[in-house]
Amino acid sequence: MSTTATRAGLPAAEAHRSGSKPKRHYGTHIFLSAMAVMWLVPLGWALFTALRPIASTNEHGYFSFAGDFNFDNFVQAWTQGGFAKYFWNSVIISVPAVLLVLFLASMMAFAVSRVSWKFNVTLLIMFTAGNLLPPQVLAAPLFEMAKHFEVPYAFSDSGNMLNTYIVVIAVNTAFQMGFCTFVLSNYMKALSADLTEAALVDGAGIWRQYREIIMPLCRPAFAALGTLEVIFIYNDYFWPLIFIQSGDRLPVTTAINNLQGEFLNNYNLLAAGAVITVIPTLIVYLLLQRQFVAGLTLGSSKG
Amino acid sequence: MSTTARDLVPPESRAPSGAPAKRVRSGKVRRLSRRDKIVLTLMVGIPTLIQLVFIWLPTLLSIGLSFTRWNGLALTDIRPAGAANYQYISQDYPPFWPAMQHNVLWLGFLALVATPLGLLLAVLLDQKIRGSKIYQSIFFAPVMLSLALIGIIWQLFYQRDNGLLNFVLGTSGTPQAVDWFGDSSVNIWAALIAATWRHAGYVMLLYLAGLKGVDPTLKEAAAIDGANAGQTFFRVVFPAMRPINIVIVVITIIESLRAFDVVYVINRGTNGLELISALVIQNLVGEGQVIGVGSALAVVLLVISLVPIVFYLSRTFGKENKA
Repeated sequence: MSTTATRAGLPAAEAHRSGSKPKRHYGTHIFLSAMAVMWLVPLGWALFTALRPIASTNEHGYFSFAGDFNFDNFVQAWTQGGFAKYFWNSVIISVPAVLLVLFLASMMAFAVSRVSWKFNVTLLIMFTAGNLLPPQVLAAPLFEMAKHFEVPYAFSDSGNMLNTYIVVIAVNTAFQMGFCTFVLSNYMKALSADLTEAALVDGAGIWRQYREIIMPLCRPAFAALGTLEVIFIYNDYFWPLIFIQSGDRLPVTTAINNLQGEFLNNYNLLAAGAVITVIPTLIVYLLLQRQFVAGLTLGSSKG
Repeated sequence: MSTTARDLVPPESRAPSGAPAKRVRSGKVRRLSRRDKIVLTLMVGIPTLIQLVFIWLPTLLSIGLSFTRWNGLALTDIRPAGAANYQYISQDYPPFWPAMQHNVLWLGFLALVATPLGLLLAVLLDQKIRGSKIYQSIFFAPVMLSLALIGIIWQLFYQRDNGLLNFVLGTSGTPQAVDWFGDSSVNIWAALIAATWRHAGYVMLLYLAGLKGVDPTLKEAAAIDGANAGQTFFRVVFPAMRPINIVIVVITIIESLRAFDVVYVINRGTNGLELISALVIQNLVGEGQVIGVGSALAVVLLVISLVPIVFYLSRTFGKENKA
């Protein structure tokens, strides 16, 4: 990965030097501004609707600036919609899933990239392919497997693995692991072989090579992948939809679908609910956008 | 491709020239202690086991179940059905062919509209223009949203009576007002625009990274040879981005096969929004729980998906296998 970074850095600098011809881009700006407005309108409309109390929209209509603007819809949506619970469910699912994905993928990536043995390419192909499958292909058997995997009622009130967070965490972990293994193994391959050779001479075992030499060097990759995976798993709508049946255990992304029924015909509340679910993403967007972008391009530039 | 190929070659085979790779390899194996071997087995075994149990076993089970008749209750109720499920979906299952058409339409729209739009945005933003970063942030914002949420946000925009679009068109409150997500003659297009909103930003992001990686001397050489901007782009820059182009092709195909969340949030993939992925889930969660039919649909999806997956894997790992 370091090679890519330096390669990408150089041309940018040169382009800067050579791009001395002053050009005016009026046409470009007009086009881009028009597109940008079109891009912002749906989000802006949701926010605009959310900020207006239902009383003003009933009186003046939705397409009007008349009446009050306040945060009442957000407060009401938060309490009435049970967002505190849904957000907590999202945390319960995404935090362990992201940690597990990164931990397992890093071990796998280490084994296939730093140790030479017969099946490492085969396994890497299997992992990468698994990540590319449409999740719907696996849905029915996974659902039945969870349903027929009986556990004591003390462990799960459904008597099987349905309706538990564990199955959602496990499937998310398995599904995301392929992508992370692929990215991390490319990253680790780019690290010099001398690093672990030297450690080997010093008598360091495999685990110490992994833990004390390779892991610290992969920090930038973990930052990027971690950010990406938090967003991916937070945004996952599908697996909780399949596995979790009681509404109060749904994470927020899957639960918003039910709000359409709950906030029937109160589009202001629905808009407020939608905006609330954007907030965690927005925080990541503002604070960790670079990591997120790095994570996305990290995976693709290696294609 | 050059970077990729180089980075994908295992470090061992980049060993000092002269020493045959084979010997380096066997030397390495000998240096693994017993404890190292156990550690390695666990490091490989646990993730592989998870991958097998949660990804590949279900994939095989999907294939197996597609040849059975089952209501999803007791395992002893599973009955062999031969190819009856396939016959049923292709001949007697009304939503199947519309869904196939919609999936093709979805792919066509992403490939011919959303992806080129993303490329255009990337090319425009790659120039030295003022506010490039701000534009990038705007176009990129929907990439961070879940597709389910995108469905809801666009629902607010598209509604018949209170949606912005009907106000802007002046049809709001009149009989001409269109329920963009509800009217089965237009809703697939409305959903495609919502999907484009996200996909174009994603493509833009990847191409921006790709364009930065193109050697500027290539462009200069083309300019010296008298190529205009269009020729430079299509004959020089675009072919130089081959690795990214492959990724984009694969992402576009796979996204169009995976498309699910948006239509499922709107109306569970019915009434003009049928997609294969949504039909799979309807058969799974619906009243009748027809697992065999759902699995046959899943297998159709799987077989189509294998085309881009195999293409991508052979591109990515082909060189390595030969090495």
